[in-house]
Amino acid sequence: MNTTRRQFTLLAAGASIALMTPAHATPEKMQLAIDAFTGGKPVKEGRVKLDISLLVENGNSVPLNVLVDSPMTKDNHVTRIGLFNEKNPLPDVAIFNLTPRSGRAQIATRMRLNDTQFITAIAEMSDGTFFSAKSEVIVTMPACVEE
Amino acid sequence: MARALINVPAKPKRGEIIEIKTLMSHPMETGFRPGMDGQLIPRDIIEKFVCTYNGEVVFSALLHPAITANPFISFTTIATESGTLVFSWTDNKGETQVQTASIQVE
Amino acid sequence: MNRLACLILIGMALPAVAQDARKSGFDFMGPDTQAMQKDDLANPGMLSVLEGETLWNTPAGKTQKSCASCHGDATQSMKGVAARYPAIDTKTQSAMDLSGRIIQCRVERQEAPAPQREGRELLSLSAFVGRQSRDMPISPPQDAKLAATRAQGATLYSARMGQLNFSCAQCHDDNAGGHLGAAPIPQAHPNGYPLYRLEWQALGSLQRRFRNCMSGMRAEPFAAGSTEAIALEAFLMERAAGMRLETPAVRP
Repeated sequence: MNTTRRQFTLLAAGASIALMTPAHATPEKMQLAIDAFTGGKPVKEGRVKLDISLLVENGNSVPLNVLVDSPMTKDNHVTRIGLFNEKNPLPDVAIFNLTPRSGRAQIATRMRLNDTQFITAIAEMSDGTFFSAKSEVIVTMPACVEE
Repeated sequence: MARALINVPAKPKRGEIIEIKTLMSHPMETGFRPGMDGQLIPRDIIEKFVCTYNGEVVFSALLHPAITANPFISFTTIATESGTLVFSWTDNKGETQVQTASIQVE
Repeated sequence: MNRLACLILIGMALPAVAQDARKSGFDFMGPDTQAMQKDDLANPGMLSVLEGETLWNTPAGKTQKSCASCHGDATQSMKGVAARYPAIDTKTQSAMDLSGRIIQCRVERQEAPAPQREGRELLSLSAFVGRQSRDMPISPPQDAKLAATRAQGATLYSARMGQLNFSCAQCHDDNAGGHLGAAPIPQAHPNGYPLYRLEWQALGSLQRRFRNCMSGMRAEPFAAGSTEAIALEAFLMERAAGMRLETPAVRP
């Protein structure tokens, strides 16, 4: 990146404000949050599709979409979808509760991301099994920085 | 009293899976931001979102500060019958805002 | 770098030329943010428009008259209004921005307390009024008095300011399309205000955006409602003449 002295001054001003933010989640804390969600049960990768931009221009509002492969019948449906991150101040993002009346296991929302990091989506099935998907998002303009 | 933008598709067919989009006006203040005086601005977030369809809960969500200001939540549900959808947003102080939408199923 | 500046100058000097090198800030955004603006149910700016509509119909002040009492249905009466501001106020014979006009109506005609600039009431009302001109071309009035205001705005636009000694033109004419850090530099056409800025997580006015830029340049920002701020807006709206109004826009 071609950074001129002027650009550096502006970036340094932003960075000094960013240093004021408190301690934050880590990949380990994210794993603890996931374990709390799953009760420590094993999680298999797959069946979950996490749609989130690979490169995000502003971390303040990052749209995402989760779709889980499930027939959503009474006997076979997604009961919960949990979202987790590894670098924001807290590892939890949201938990969505679905029912067979959902028809499709699909949710969309917008989240804040304060740095390039992995986002994990975990789906709990009605038979108690867990499936996941993980995505790395590159954040060029982080959230959590005071303007 | 803040309002929400809610989209319920017009005249879905019985049994059709419809997408409901909601956008609620709320700052989702994380509690991590320092204010002008250097003190942290207290957390003020929506923690719970619930949608009932003719009285039955069809969808709910628990939100944390990582959800963006003016939370956008979109979900699907089966258009089973005509009636009323009730949406509620509850904040971390326990206050709830409610908005309803009617649904006309063919 | 200079190619774009030349193109913009040519574009302004010869409006008859088919090729318009001017691009909205919309074109510099990623597809996710563009999609957010295009969908009225996902655009957070529309929440302010909704609020503004309620305020429009609510009686206010000593007169207990609502905006609707005089102006009726905003979709008719306010159509095109935001597209032709700033304008000369016939009473004071000075340039006024749309927010200033709303404040004047509140105070003088509704006999209500003056709404604060950047306050929720004024932002909601200007978002609602602005929305009624969405998709219309920016149409600055051809008024000789306004020309003087615009000239002042042009001077401000090209003047170096602040500790960093930057002018608006250096970024927004000479380096538009480039990057400042990680942020793309747009051409600075105010064709979507008031807008929802992701950086603010809120709706804000053009003057708020000026304050951001000027603080960034370590310059003394223009006071809210000041003649400088209105002059700069008048210049920028003339520079953006004919471009489509996108209010309420979304920007990163």
